[in-house]
Amino acid sequence: MASDYTDVLQKLCHHLKQFCEPDAQITPQTDLIHQLAIDSVKLLNLVMEIEDEFDISVPLNALADVQTVHELANLIHQIKSAQQ
Amino acid sequence: MSLLDKLDAVAAARKALLPEGIDVFGTPIEEVYSSTEARIGDRRILFLGTNNYLGLTFAPECLAAAHSAIDNEGTGTTGSRMANGSYSGHRALEREFADFYHCHSCIVFTTGYQANLATISGLAGVDDVVLIDGDSHASIYDGCRLSGAEIIRFRHNDMVDLEKRLRRLGDRSRSTLIIVEGIYSMLGDRAPLADIVKLKDAYGSTLLLDEAHSLGVLGKTGQGLVEETGLIDKVDFITGTFSKSLGGIGGYCVSNHAQLDQLRYVSRPYIFTASPTPATIASTRAALKLLHDGIELRQQLWKNVHQLYSRLDDLGYQLGPEPSPVIAIILDAPRQALMLWKGLLDHGIYVNLVLPPATPDGRSLVRCSVSAVHTSEQMDHVGSAFAELREIIFE
Repeated sequence: MASDYTDVLQKLCHHLKQFCEPDAQITPQTDLIHQLAIDSVKLLNLVMEIEDEFDISVPLNALADVQTVHELANLIHQIKSAQQ
Repeated sequence: MSLLDKLDAVAAARKALLPEGIDVFGTPIEEVYSSTEARIGDRRILFLGTNNYLGLTFAPECLAAAHSAIDNEGTGTTGSRMANGSYSGHRALEREFADFYHCHSCIVFTTGYQANLATISGLAGVDDVVLIDGDSHASIYDGCRLSGAEIIRFRHNDMVDLEKRLRRLGDRSRSTLIIVEGIYSMLGDRAPLADIVKLKDAYGSTLLLDEAHSLGVLGKTGQGLVEETGLIDKVDFITGTFSKSLGGIGGYCVSNHAQLDQLRYVSRPYIFTASPTPATIASTRAALKLLHDGIELRQQLWKNVHQLYSRLDDLGYQLGPEPSPVIAIILDAPRQALMLWKGLLDHGIYVNLVLPPATPDGRSLVRCSVSAVHTSEQMDHVGSAFAELREIIFE
């Protein structure tokens, strides 16, 4: 399970790089809005890409609780695990 | 951040985007002369940013009906439909809307926004899923939030994406409400309804179609996209508004499902608000008759649409994907859109400016709304203004 989460986190960071400044430092604790300037429109576009990558649908309701990269990775991991 | 600090942040963002002294959002209209002309400041302007698609706001039949209703029933009902606010006019309008769509029943709401809020939150609950087009109107998003259902978006008008999401739901697709619009308010394009109906049937879902911008505009009798496509029997619920082609304010939901009537007992936006005023109901009833019989109005509307869309296309503006009464000019940056909006106003033309985050994909839009009662000369004037401004905007 841990390796699944790590895989999700790696892939998420790869997608995130396309939505923020080239020199942005991305760690699990990085705040999406305040540190990476991912606004609501960018977040929805990012989520669409992630959904395709993992063949999942992320409910909008669940995104309200997401602030950090770790929280988003954890959400994706949980949805993917529930689907399997 | 305190409550008021949040509003200060909004003010700062607005100030950064918009120059001082230009009231883009909430432009004061000083006098209204007709369905297409008004005064802003000391200038006579042409309305090209209203949703008055059939130009019925000054139709003599609607004015007379509204005057009579005020004289006979007063200025307001002062109560909910659940209490003292169901007059004979409200019930008559519901019957007339049901007849108009050849449907079992109809509920009338106080606004179009509330029609979506009430219908969606009444139909879907915490164990259900709402599957909505990404370009959906705010009333759809808000109705979904109010319902407590799981909210999933699909890419705008992308049927491959819609099917993927239905497939991922598995058995839950049977407790899923798919929500689409007849004509989308931002880019003016239509939903691919035939393909959506096929998917809805294949996955056993329920379909709600919002005809807010397509009522009066599409179909022989103006029912909307359901009539144009001949798919009215395949759509479970249709919502719409009185504030566009019908020239009033209010909303409706029609359906052949007998359960529609039960929404009156579970929908908070229906129960906990005052019912539409007698004048609104009376003018809407008159407007619905004019809309139903308005074949010539629709022909003139589409003639105007094609004239303006072709002219703007020839001038090289980037437009929404298909001609419709909503003609969106897509611009790269908010400042460019603001220049075009201000330039048009200086030419005596009022249009809508739509800036991110309210726009699809963060683009900036100048949105024109065409009316059946715009004259050919007015359309020529608009075309000339866009031609002149093109050099300034893209230099």
